[in-house]
Amino acid sequence: MAESDVPFIAIENVTFRRGERLIFDNISLSIPRGRVTTIMGPSGTGKTTLLRLIGGQLRPDSGTIHIDGVNVHALKRKELYKLRERMGMLFQSGALFSDLTVYENVAFPLRVHTDLPEDMIRDIVLMKLHAVGLRGARSLMPSELSGGMARRAALARAIALDPELVMYDEPFTGQDPIAMAVIVQLIRLLNDALGLTSVLVSHDVAESLSITDHLCVIAEGRVMGEGSPADLKRNGSPFVKQFLNGLPDGPVPFHYPAADYKADLMEADWHA
Amino acid sequence: MLDGLQGLGRATLDGLASLGRSVVFVLSVIANLPSWGGFLLMVRQVYAVGVLSLVIIMVSGLFIGMVLGLQGYNVLIDYGSEESVGQMIALTLVRELGPVVTALLFAGRAGSALTAEIGLMKATEQLSSLEMMGVDPLRRVIAPRLMAGFFAMPVLALIFSMVGIWGGKMVAVDWLGVYDGSYWGNMQGSVGFWDDVMNGIIKSIVFGWVCAWIAVYQGYDLVPTSEGIARATTRTVVYSSLAVLGLDFILTAIMFGD
Repeated sequence: MAESDVPFIAIENVTFRRGERLIFDNISLSIPRGRVTTIMGPSGTGKTTLLRLIGGQLRPDSGTIHIDGVNVHALKRKELYKLRERMGMLFQSGALFSDLTVYENVAFPLRVHTDLPEDMIRDIVLMKLHAVGLRGARSLMPSELSGGMARRAALARAIALDPELVMYDEPFTGQDPIAMAVIVQLIRLLNDALGLTSVLVSHDVAESLSITDHLCVIAEGRVMGEGSPADLKRNGSPFVKQFLNGLPDGPVPFHYPAADYKADLMEADWHA
Repeated sequence: MLDGLQGLGRATLDGLASLGRSVVFVLSVIANLPSWGGFLLMVRQVYAVGVLSLVIIMVSGLFIGMVLGLQGYNVLIDYGSEESVGQMIALTLVRELGPVVTALLFAGRAGSALTAEIGLMKATEQLSSLEMMGVDPLRRVIAPRLMAGFFAMPVLALIFSMVGIWGGKMVAVDWLGVYDGSYWGNMQGSVGFWDDVMNGIIKSIVFGWVCAWIAVYQGYDLVPTSEGIARATTRTVVYSSLAVLGLDFILTAIMFGD
């Protein structure tokens, strides 16, 4: 097996509970190296939780997660932080440091993790900002940015250290069509230009599918389907088809479970 | 009845669990204290919690000293010993009011700000993004703030006492006419460095530590919603005040009990 065939992230038999609630029930999936993988599913299925499990911010109740052959949850605190230097994560809100300028936000990981001289840090920061189209916005504060710009600035920060893995948490939510198109393009472009492995969590079907190599649909704590987008659209289970085609009714019912409609209406009359 | 018992039991267990978490939390902060690189971060926090608290500390110290001077004079003059008012003011401030009132003000001014700041960083995922950047928020965010409280409080308490003594002098000497030689002389003769000043400093170090600990823990552990931040900020002030007053009694009993 060539090295490129070994999955970059291997999630095996992971079970995770939040209190009494079962979020993941023994799920296994693999994220191939050098590709854009999208994890999709209805809201509230724990997609973000999955990213936090991969990043080691949460610990699964059972099962293992390997990143590039390393078991994330067997690492000591220091080793885990070392591993995270090889990852970038784009949070839904951007999570820029509100007391630093855009420039300082992008320079932050470089200052903390490297001993580079100031002029080299400047070059790197400007290159990263140029890549997301915000070189001219370097001296703005995060509060002066629009939502789309903040997310792009955060993306520049996430790739500042040239990570091997970038995780995107709902990158398209709440973006106007232009900002959305820019981010869609950036994800694909950065993945190919920098040789990244990208993991995308989203429920925006059209945008995600346009750039995805590998798709994984999760719902109700299980993996409903995994494969190439075209393959899943054609051969997926009824649930996957309903989800990808955005049909209002199907295996996932339109109605929240309720008593019989007629009986319900009659009862109101009876009370009156 | 049963519900009440159950509620009491749950509240006790929750309280104990929270106490345990906060101890584990502070221990892991201490185990991860930053090295020289963190020194600058700490200096910035000393500025935020210490220097920016100076105005409220000095104004309160001044007024409390002035009130002590006035009240002390009115009581002592009945016994003809108004010359001892300096001694009374100095001992009250250095032993008790300096550390305690400073700590209460510190909890209200700096502690609540720390909780809200850290809580907002948590709510806006800034702490999470630090973690994912490979930067330990305990080292980068929490430790400098904890240490800043530790260093700033004793200095603030000393400044409070100093300004208070000066305020007392303005009232007792300059206004009410106590002879200033006896104001300062009685003070010099009765206030011991080790017994009084040092014990006061020890108290303020303990209070500073406890206040900063409660503030950063409440910020770090809160539910990241606007209501959660509001509750945690309130808890910081309430718990800090109660802890300071309770600990003050214990420390006083140990230091001056016999």
